[in-house]
Amino acid sequence: MKRFRRHGQESQRDRLKQDLYQFNKTVEHGFPHQPSALGYSPSLQLLAIGTRSGAIKLYGAPGVEFMGLHDENAVVTRVHFLPFQLELVTLLDDNSLHMWTLRAHKGVSELLEIGRFTLTGPPGAPPSVTRVTSVLAHSSGELLLLGTEGGHVFVVEVPGFRELEERNISLDQVANSVPEDYIGRRNLEHVETLQENPVDPNQVVIGYGRGLMVVWDLEKHQAVQHIPATQQLESTWWTEDGGHILSSHSDGSYCRWTVGGQSSKDEEEKSDIPYGHFPCKAISKIVQLPTEEGPPFLLFSGGMPRASYGDRHCISVIHGKTHVALDFTSRIIDYFVIRDGPLHTGDPGALVVLVEEELVVIDLQTEGWPVIQTPYLVPLHSSAITCSHHVSAIPLKLWERLLAAGQLQITHYSPKPWPITGGQNLGQDPPQRDLLLTGHEDGTVRFWDASGVCLYPMYKLSTAGVFHTDADPNDNMNQCSEGEWPPFRKVGCFDPYSDDPRLGVQKIHLCKYSGYLTVAGTAGQILVLELNDEAAEQTVEAKIVDLLQGQEGFRWKGHTRLDVREEPVLFPPGFQPFALVQCQPPAVVTALTLHSEWKMVAFGTSHGFGLYDYQQKNSVLVKCTLNPSDQLAMEGPLSRVKSIKKSLRQSFRRIRRSRVSLRKHHVTNAAKLQEANARLEAELAEMELAPVQRKIEARSSEDSFTGLVRTLYFADTFLSDSSHNSASLWAGTNGGSVFAYMIRMPSVEHRADEPITAHPAKEIQLMHRAPVVAIVVLDGHGSPLPEPLEVAHDLARSPDMQASHQLLVVSEEQFKIFTLPKVSAKMKLKLTALDGSRVRRVGVAWFGSSRTADAGESGLVVLTNQGDLNVVSLPSVKMQVQHPCIRREDVSGIASCVFTKHGQGFYLISPSEFERFSLSARNVVEPRSLVEVPANATAASKRRAAPDGASADNGNARRDDADTGNKTKFNRHAPPNHRSTFNSLNVTLSCIKRTCHPTAAPSMLVFMSRRIISIVKCRDLISSAMYTHTHTHTHTHTHTHTHTHTHTHTHTHTHTHTHTHTHTHTHTHTHTHTLPSPPLTIYLPARVLSVALCVY
Amino acid sequence: MILSAVLQPDNTMSRHQQRTPFKLPQNVVEVKSKFDAEYRRFALKRSGAGSFQEFYRLLQSVHHIPGTDLMLGYADIHGDLLPINNDDNFQKAVSSANPLLRIILTRKEDEPIVFATNSLQRRKKGLGLTGLRPNASGSTHQKNKPGLMIGLPQDFRQISSIIDVDILPESHRRVRLHKHGTRKPLGFYIRDGVSVRVTPQGVEKVPGVFISRLVRGGLAESTGLLGVNDEILEVNGIDVAGKSLDQVTDMMVANSHNLIVTVKPANQRNNVLPRGSKVSAGNASLGSGSTGSALSCDSPSPVSHSNPITASDSIAEGYSEEEDDDGDLIIENDNLSTYIPHNLHSSNNGNYSRDSLGRLGSVASSAPLAHSASMPSSFVTSTSDTSMTTVNQNGSPAHTASSSSQESMREDGNSITL
Repeated sequence: MKRFRRHGQESQRDRLKQDLYQFNKTVEHGFPHQPSALGYSPSLQLLAIGTRSGAIKLYGAPGVEFMGLHDENAVVTRVHFLPFQLELVTLLDDNSLHMWTLRAHKGVSELLEIGRFTLTGPPGAPPSVTRVTSVLAHSSGELLLLGTEGGHVFVVEVPGFRELEERNISLDQVANSVPEDYIGRRNLEHVETLQENPVDPNQVVIGYGRGLMVVWDLEKHQAVQHIPATQQLESTWWTEDGGHILSSHSDGSYCRWTVGGQSSKDEEEKSDIPYGHFPCKAISKIVQLPTEEGPPFLLFSGGMPRASYGDRHCISVIHGKTHVALDFTSRIIDYFVIRDGPLHTGDPGALVVLVEEELVVIDLQTEGWPVIQTPYLVPLHSSAITCSHHVSAIPLKLWERLLAAGQLQITHYSPKPWPITGGQNLGQDPPQRDLLLTGHEDGTVRFWDASGVCLYPMYKLSTAGVFHTDADPNDNMNQCSEGEWPPFRKVGCFDPYSDDPRLGVQKIHLCKYSGYLTVAGTAGQILVLELNDEAAEQTVEAKIVDLLQGQEGFRWKGHTRLDVREEPVLFPPGFQPFALVQCQPPAVVTALTLHSEWKMVAFGTSHGFGLYDYQQKNSVLVKCTLNPSDQLAMEGPLSRVKSIKKSLRQSFRRIRRSRVSLRKHHVTNAAKLQEANARLEAELAEMELAPVQRKIEARSSEDSFTGLVRTLYFADTFLSDSSHNSASLWAGTNGGSVFAYMIRMPSVEHRADEPITAHPAKEIQLMHRAPVVAIVVLDGHGSPLPEPLEVAHDLARSPDMQASHQLLVVSEEQFKIFTLPKVSAKMKLKLTALDGSRVRRVGVAWFGSSRTADAGESGLVVLTNQGDLNVVSLPSVKMQVQHPCIRREDVSGIASCVFTKHGQGFYLISPSEFERFSLSARNVVEPRSLVEVPANATAASKRRAAPDGASADNGNARRDDADTGNKTKFNRHAPPNHRSTFNSLNVTLSCIKRTCHPTAAPSMLVFMSRRIISIVKCRDLISSAMYTHTHTHTHTHTHTHTHTHTHTHTHTHTHTHTHTHTHTHTHTHTHTHTLPSPPLTIYLPARVLSVALCVY
Repeated sequence: MILSAVLQPDNTMSRHQQRTPFKLPQNVVEVKSKFDAEYRRFALKRSGAGSFQEFYRLLQSVHHIPGTDLMLGYADIHGDLLPINNDDNFQKAVSSANPLLRIILTRKEDEPIVFATNSLQRRKKGLGLTGLRPNASGSTHQKNKPGLMIGLPQDFRQISSIIDVDILPESHRRVRLHKHGTRKPLGFYIRDGVSVRVTPQGVEKVPGVFISRLVRGGLAESTGLLGVNDEILEVNGIDVAGKSLDQVTDMMVANSHNLIVTVKPANQRNNVLPRGSKVSAGNASLGSGSTGSALSCDSPSPVSHSNPITASDSIAEGYSEEEDDDGDLIIENDNLSTYIPHNLHSSNNGNYSRDSLGRLGSVASSAPLAHSASMPSSFVTSTSDTSMTTVNQNGSPAHTASSSSQESMREDGNSITL
């Protein structure tokens, strides 16, 4: 019976566990490591980035994120969206093509791989024949053209990846038609580029590596034109009117070629080496885009003079007289331009550049082309991350002040909104405001809004201003001098070079209630900062604390202390330092904690710890924990790393010396040389060939770094007797020691002038001597003591001071509960002894139940050196759940892990990316977003499926206000039975209307942007769909009847006369302007609100 | 049962006193000496304690027993009864007095007392020195070894033992290293390697962890029970299969004060093999059948038969008995005196009450040499029923057989030294 009941309890506990804990890796924040490919879908407004590790990431509007991973661990070399579809194709460097789709499931889109394909050549053909070098996703959305290393172009039907062998364009077919005079008909080399004629989807230009470009008619299956460039080809660009092709070359030149009916007249119109005279590097990609009025934009990457600026990563933007060479911080992967207008055919709006370490978006419409701040993909690592700190549930007041301080820092950014807006973010608003603080090598602390899916930069604090550093702050400003050629402009914020490694931030502690922040760094500096909304000029006085406490016989061999500026420094609004402690020796700060209620900061290094009263700016306590025999702790950072190098260097030196002496007395010393050589070899062999072995030895007090302070903790608890609680400071060291100090504080009114004292109260030496990584005091209910000021702000239940408190000491090897005030072991949970893993990171978290709103319990979140996440219950220290999370080899990932107070956490998966995970069943932040094909494309595809045209159009996700206006107006005038047509016509700003002549005559496409109506024929797009023409008749204020006589090419070579009757509804009189040849473009002086099309 | 008892040089055991601060004036040692039922208390200068002979004479005079041949023993801080018979260990005894030096005097003519680890029951060490090994054990010892004169162990403590021979397959060896109290390093290294396992499917190669090096003068080497290339199967009863080298390293370090490793020795020639009995064939089948019989005499607790290498009682005992890290040193500022907390662990207490019988058995299994010799049959020939009967008969022919086998085994055990 008893056993039965116990069983019942267990299953109940199991159920409770399910309500409390659930492990998910939810989202990756930051910038993808080693990006290798960029793709963009104008219709979906989605950006895709492929990485060297085979990941593919899609980004739309902030919060809309998708991530996929190829099974193959291969570099993604190309990403192409299929036009107007939810599919995208990736090419990996193992020559495989992958089809991905965004499939909606329960209202949320998921990125799924749906197909995989590798080109198969004819039997016996060398692999180069099918090695894909360029990809063209044809605008029909049904074809993929693959150019290969062997010079062939394969045509593949998508999304099913069916090879259309009869449509392949073999090298022979092209070579046969190449004119005789083209440099002796040498090998054309691989297919470098494939580009579609923007106005005639039947025509593609095939650019071969040797330089030859062939305009090929897919329908007629023959070459239309040859463009005999002689330089090694890098890229091609077909101008929007279809009239010209730009080609860029490896010598830094680009050429402009006319494409036209005059088949023989195909000489280059214009050739230029923009940064010429001296040899230049290749122009790797060239883009030209027209503007509605004024000169076109010409953009190209590379082309820099090889000798002087060959190492720059530049994109040159030329618009009229303006010419800027945007100088990026790292290698350019790819770039594209987002264009305005409903169909993304208008003026260039923003230049999106993916460089190796960041994504830069440049506003091309605002004067000076400022950078638009990215809401995601932020380079977390613009200076290497050295530590992180998470603060949950920030009070609104602090949040707003931080935002305000941050706003003042981003004035140089463009005011324009983020231009990539695809998809719908369905995620709920985050339940609370969370802040992630990252400390960086350059002494900055960055504040990130970590509440939701987007890790958004809020504010950046620099601590370098307090100190004298070698760097001249005006270094970067002076770079752009007048008249410099090329006209460089630095863009991007990735700056991995630290002025002074001593500035590096090692520990951060923020009190969210009081706005006090403490930041500790590599050179033993501890800054206490206060949030101030106004700029202030003040001197920061340094207090030097000698942690050695007069211990003799030590000489610090590491870096020196930082020099403090003695003159007043102007600090901008935000966090401003007002107190500074400098440890002596200036070793890296290894533990830091702040108690804002008591106004004290405790800090520790490898030599000891101290307690500092920042109200009185006075040191309260200094304790040296250094073992007298520990010399290693005095060496400073990196000296051990150097030692291998040093020993090698010494060995070489020894040889050199013996060689020198050999010359002097070469007879006697030949043996010595041999000996030295042998010694070196032996040393090398020992270093490289010695098997990995581990010493089994008990820890002893003589080990190195036993005095290193690992954790510091403030607690208001019972230290001397069980009736009087008092303030206390707890410190845990690497050698398994715990020191407790009782702090005597003067009464509130005397707080400012009476000194605070601290007395040693307890000392615990854990027998297993494992490093103490955390100390927590549990109150009478067994729950952890609340944070300082938490109770004062009514955000936590006040701790139970009636029942006796308990002390939890977490060492790397075990969790152990002691009683208080008399310290005696109560219970423990062994970790290392049982499974060989050790505690690396630990945090206290509240796990709310996903079932009942106010149920929940506290637990310890633990990350082990094996990369496993555990939850340990409190106060019973029982293992609750275990989940593998990080690879055990990923030491830096494990070291970077930081937990939130609500069961989530972050760790670095690369220098630039945080992975967010959740152990809580209730608290999960993950992207939930929906992407749908824009309505115009939906309408087209639906029409294909339902020829009666009665499809209801409800997929349009977002509309601009103007559109909504349009729609209502149109609907008012439209007969109900034509409603669907109007819907499809009006959906979003990108009005596109396709109709088909009933007799399979060329279909017409009407594009409408703000002031342009263009009518183009469109065959392939909807050739399969027969759509009955619609007669629409609208009552308009003005009627403009445009009768055009269009010449259209069809596959049957018949000339068709089409009468297009366009009713244009405008505010003003229309002024029409017709072009003689297709496409027909009508420019209007005023904004077009709607358009209807009649086909006769 | 083989116990490796190795002479321990005195100087390696020195400097215990570093761990503990002294309350008394540094130069005075409180001595409490006991002879039969008489106690004497006196003080001794720590620095000028003089030689062993002087001290011997002093004791004789203090107890008023001049001319009696005495054997001197003292209780060290671990509760072990250790001998004082020369200047070195006398100095050691004086220096490690904490703060009291407890001396036990016995007449030479009496049965020899046992100087070894656990010779005083640690549970009772706070209650005075009543925890001498019961006379019975000494007497059985004498009964079993009538002709065999074992000299007084000069000064030794147990540093290692082979345990659980009865439940382990004979190709495996479970070795316990007693690190506590010595300043000798454990002294071995481990490495990754490939282990060959015979499975029904055939020979399978799996990654394993092996001993790669023994440090000269280290505990591991001095036991002779571990050798280079021995495969490590378990650490304190936990299977290491599938664990990385670093994990195994950490497990061993975490258990370093009471390390029990189960190894598959590279050298299988020294295995414990029952001699000259056909029944020993039954032992080859991992001893599951015969285990029961062995257990029936010394341990009533059930042992899982499915897994031959189960964590035995002695390993479980190893945890509770050794009080591994409840030996945390806690200093409270009120008196700044040091105390090593007593066993407050409720589960431990439960352990004791629950299976004290099983505990007795395993105490025996980890007990010092002399004690184990008192009931050798249960260990030595535990796996065969015939040997059980010989023990029961306690007849001389069978007895000589068993004792001779034990002797030879001890030789085997000693000959492992590398």
